[in-house]
Amino acid sequence: MTTFVTELFSNFWVSLAAKLALVAMMIPLIGMVIGFAEMKLSAKMQSRIGPYFAGGRWGWAQLIADGVKFFQKEDLIPEDADRPVFKSAPLLVLVGTVALFVVIPFGPGLIFRDLSVGIFYALAISSISTIGVLMAGWSSANKYSLMGGLRAAGQLIAYELPLVLAVVGSVIMAGTLSMSGIVEAQIAAGYPFVILQVVGFAIFMIAALAELTRIPFDMPIAESELVMGYLTEYSGFRFLFFFLAEFANMFTMSAIAATLFLGGYWLPGIPESVLEFAGPVILIGKVFILSFVMIWFRWTFPRFREDQLQTLAWKWLIPIALANIVITAVLKVLL
Amino acid sequence: MANGNGSRTLLGMGMVKGLFVTITTMFKTIFLPKKHLATVNYPKVKETPAPRARGVIALDQEACTVCMLCARQCPDWCIYIEGHKEEQPPSKPGGRIKVRATLDRFDIDYALCMYCGICVEVCPFDALFWTPEYEYSETQMGEMLHDMDRLQDWMKTVPEVPALEP
Repeated sequence: MTTFVTELFSNFWVSLAAKLALVAMMIPLIGMVIGFAEMKLSAKMQSRIGPYFAGGRWGWAQLIADGVKFFQKEDLIPEDADRPVFKSAPLLVLVGTVALFVVIPFGPGLIFRDLSVGIFYALAISSISTIGVLMAGWSSANKYSLMGGLRAAGQLIAYELPLVLAVVGSVIMAGTLSMSGIVEAQIAAGYPFVILQVVGFAIFMIAALAELTRIPFDMPIAESELVMGYLTEYSGFRFLFFFLAEFANMFTMSAIAATLFLGGYWLPGIPESVLEFAGPVILIGKVFILSFVMIWFRWTFPRFREDQLQTLAWKWLIPIALANIVITAVLKVLL
Repeated sequence: MANGNGSRTLLGMGMVKGLFVTITTMFKTIFLPKKHLATVNYPKVKETPAPRARGVIALDQEACTVCMLCARQCPDWCIYIEGHKEEQPPSKPGGRIKVRATLDRFDIDYALCMYCGICVEVCPFDALFWTPEYEYSETQMGEMLHDMDRLQDWMKTVPEVPALEP
């Protein structure tokens, strides 16, 4: 029986299907957990109760009820919309999210595909969702959507470079681009890289917030200015796709940050023999801490203007990130 | 405080202060909900509205004389009034017969009403009142047209008028 199972999973297509099914299950689950945490925590930060009715206690089924509601909604497409583009935009955003799961190491060997250019791949793929957002904004035939989409594209110019440059420090310290290689380098070094890469970590998190279009960088959505930005014309399950992608993206960006800077699936003091089982738990714990920080920021800070983000990115983050790279590289050679 | 008057603190201290406020509010609300919660579990727990809250308009049928002033003043014409004259025998033999205006229909379409209160203001016989009642939602738009019996029911919820100051 076991030999049959191992043989079955050694088949490329079977294992691919199994991995895809796993990711397809993980994304809604993670989206719901983080989304519900956001609902509840934001309520507490504003002295409210938050959802409490659905599912009996604590309103734990609120997001399931919301999901069912989205499926019941009429699937509206504006008359002047560019239909094929309008329909494919949410899929493209979700594909960007799914593809990011490929390179996240959940434990030693617990990785969908350990690419030798893992972090490079992750940074490249994470930009795809911006194209989806731009497509959504362009095809909606709505001025608010268009403004939102163009703002997302403008935002890309600001955050993409600091995001990449912030990663370089960690890569220099590890000496590899592979995601599991970076974690192993941290295990070998005996400390998570955040200790020497505080600057890189801070810049990465700021740029990640901009990438996720979350407050304080949610200009593409900006409810008070653009109705709902590029999401204005979306309803039903297409809106649900964007919604899930947002929260699943929070998970993946936090997971990448945790892998690069916080030691990924490893904690100092945990013996390597138990990492096989404890690894995913440790990584998800770190992800939830980072997600909490993002939620905390969201309910504290007001929104930036688009030009303020450009100023922040080009005048502050990029020079600091470059200096960080130079110092890291010099120290790496000297020590 | 960075208030522009020269007395500045460290860059970013305002952000840290803001983060501190949200996290302390969060922990206060989680651990001391009785003291810090600003809202209630609505259908299970209800707050008493202020006595002069403009919840809904109630009608005292006895006081109404079908003068139609409210219906004509209503900015969105959401009041429907119909009435007829009822003749009553004269008080003395050979006297003039008495005429009394009787209300047949008094409906307010709360789907249209914008709660301006002009009808309450304009009523010369104090037949219309504000009440703090607010639970009269319906599942269909058409059911928001409430009839005079419903409006009469709400008279029970009209708060006592406080005594005039001497």
